[in-house]
Amino acid sequence: MSGLRDLYQELILDHGKSPRNHRPMDGCTHQANGFNPVCGDKVNLYLSCEDGRVTDASFEGNGCAISTASASMLTQMVKGKSVEDIFELRRMVGAMLTSSPGEHDQEEIEKLGKLAAFSGVCEFPGRVKCATLAWHTLDAALKDDEKTISTE
Amino acid sequence: MSEIDDKERPLDVERLRGDFPILSQEVNGKPLVYLDNAATTQKPTAVIDSICDYYREYNSNIHRGVHTLSQKATDAYERARVRTMDFLGAGRPEEIIFVRGATEGINLVSQAYLRPRIEPGDEIVISTLEHHSNIVPWQLLREQAGAVLKVAPVDDNGAIDIQAYKDLLGERTKFVSLVHVSNALGTINPIREMVAMAREKEIPVLVDGAQAAAHGRVDIDKLGCDFYTISGHKMYGPTGIGALYGKAQLLEEMPPYHGGGEMILSVTFDKTEYNRLPYKFEAGTPDIAGAIGLGAALEYIEEAGIESIEAHEKNLLDYATAAVSSIDGVEIIGRAPAKAGILSFIIDGVHPHDAGTILDQQGVAVRAGHHCAQPVLERLGVQATVRASFALYNTREEIDLLAQGITKAVEVFA
Repeated sequence: MSGLRDLYQELILDHGKSPRNHRPMDGCTHQANGFNPVCGDKVNLYLSCEDGRVTDASFEGNGCAISTASASMLTQMVKGKSVEDIFELRRMVGAMLTSSPGEHDQEEIEKLGKLAAFSGVCEFPGRVKCATLAWHTLDAALKDDEKTISTE
Repeated sequence: MSEIDDKERPLDVERLRGDFPILSQEVNGKPLVYLDNAATTQKPTAVIDSICDYYREYNSNIHRGVHTLSQKATDAYERARVRTMDFLGAGRPEEIIFVRGATEGINLVSQAYLRPRIEPGDEIVISTLEHHSNIVPWQLLREQAGAVLKVAPVDDNGAIDIQAYKDLLGERTKFVSLVHVSNALGTINPIREMVAMAREKEIPVLVDGAQAAAHGRVDIDKLGCDFYTISGHKMYGPTGIGALYGKAQLLEEMPPYHGGGEMILSVTFDKTEYNRLPYKFEAGTPDIAGAIGLGAALEYIEEAGIESIEAHEKNLLDYATAAVSSIDGVEIIGRAPAKAGILSFIIDGVHPHDAGTILDQQGVAVRAGHHCAQPVLERLGVQATVRASFALYNTREEIDLLAQGITKAVEVFA
């Protein structure tokens, strides 16, 4: 069961059960809806930006532990960061989630802080989209894409 | 589904398991427990061999060769048609059209039968239990021809509201299309009664039998429906092949669905004369190996005994329902009085996808999600379920492993 423990690390279970910033946001500057048609998972993401910096982030939606924890930790990680830094973070998360098992860029993983909890997801190809949904939605929100973002 | 009668004899499950080479493997270090049969069933050696034999020994095109192999291939293909006819209790081979699966069968009927007949405002009746494949083709027709889609409701157990269904059948109802067995919940519709209600008003009926035909006797002659469609891969046969039964008179009246070779008698640039049934609906070289494989699968089911399979799966369902619902936090979704071997459930605090991953790590293959039947899950107030679905080779020991896996999932997320 070592694979299972890699996937469901304590941090992920915790955020999956008690997601942070799980609330709607009045007066947000950026918003996007993400949807995974295969499983029905939804992430509606809200951002408040000021001078190129995210000052607040929250989400609504429902999904599995992986997608909920991913959205929850995303909202924590982007708060206070510049949009430029967020795109770099998003690139590193994407690389981690889609790299072949055992071929992580360790330097980058260390830079990711607690998002490194998702490094086990790449061993479960069927679950990668659960983790990437919130990050695709973040892209759309920052690019002011009004369409619902689909994982498919 | 028919009453269990004296044809029922217990299945020799251990022996039958030996017919399915895929079952004797380990997945994630655990013996495979395959409980995703409503998605697709595994294939016995007899089916695999029938396909290999065709390609190894008599691969040829059909219906046109003068040579020996072509004749052999044609005979095998047509034997599969007769076997399908017998299996479904239909009367004439030309009423059996080989298609890619139930989805294509439904699309064929919607486009070749109903589209030329339907006027804006005419109504098509389906039910809340439908798979997306029996919803979307009618929605296409709604867009193309202005048809109105009416949906017969279900109760909180996922059983059809028969009175509400009856009330929907009116002056403007031009067609009824109903699922026989729900792939998401296992509900067995009282299909004979439902067909009779429509036929009384001379409304033609299609029955989607994709989830029914391998799990209980289908007797089209008694059922009285106008169309019935099946998918080979859900009945121990290969993917990419299925069959559509249609009453000869209706099929005769219908224009072709696809144009091409096989479906013509003669072609000039001015005029084409269509072939007779069933070839009018089988344009192009068909899936010959697939049809032969389907025939072998139906022969396999008949040899095992469909009544015995039905009794075995009912037994497994009862056992699984008791075992799974006794786990704290588990709720069965779909509690209709008549159910086939499908158990849909949710676990408090564990999303179905997470449960699916944890079960997979223990070698237990189930489906997690909306099972291509979003409306019925929404009606029962859930986004997704975990679904265990049974076949002739499943055992009580496997259900014990399913229950252990669920307990494990509950522990991980406690």
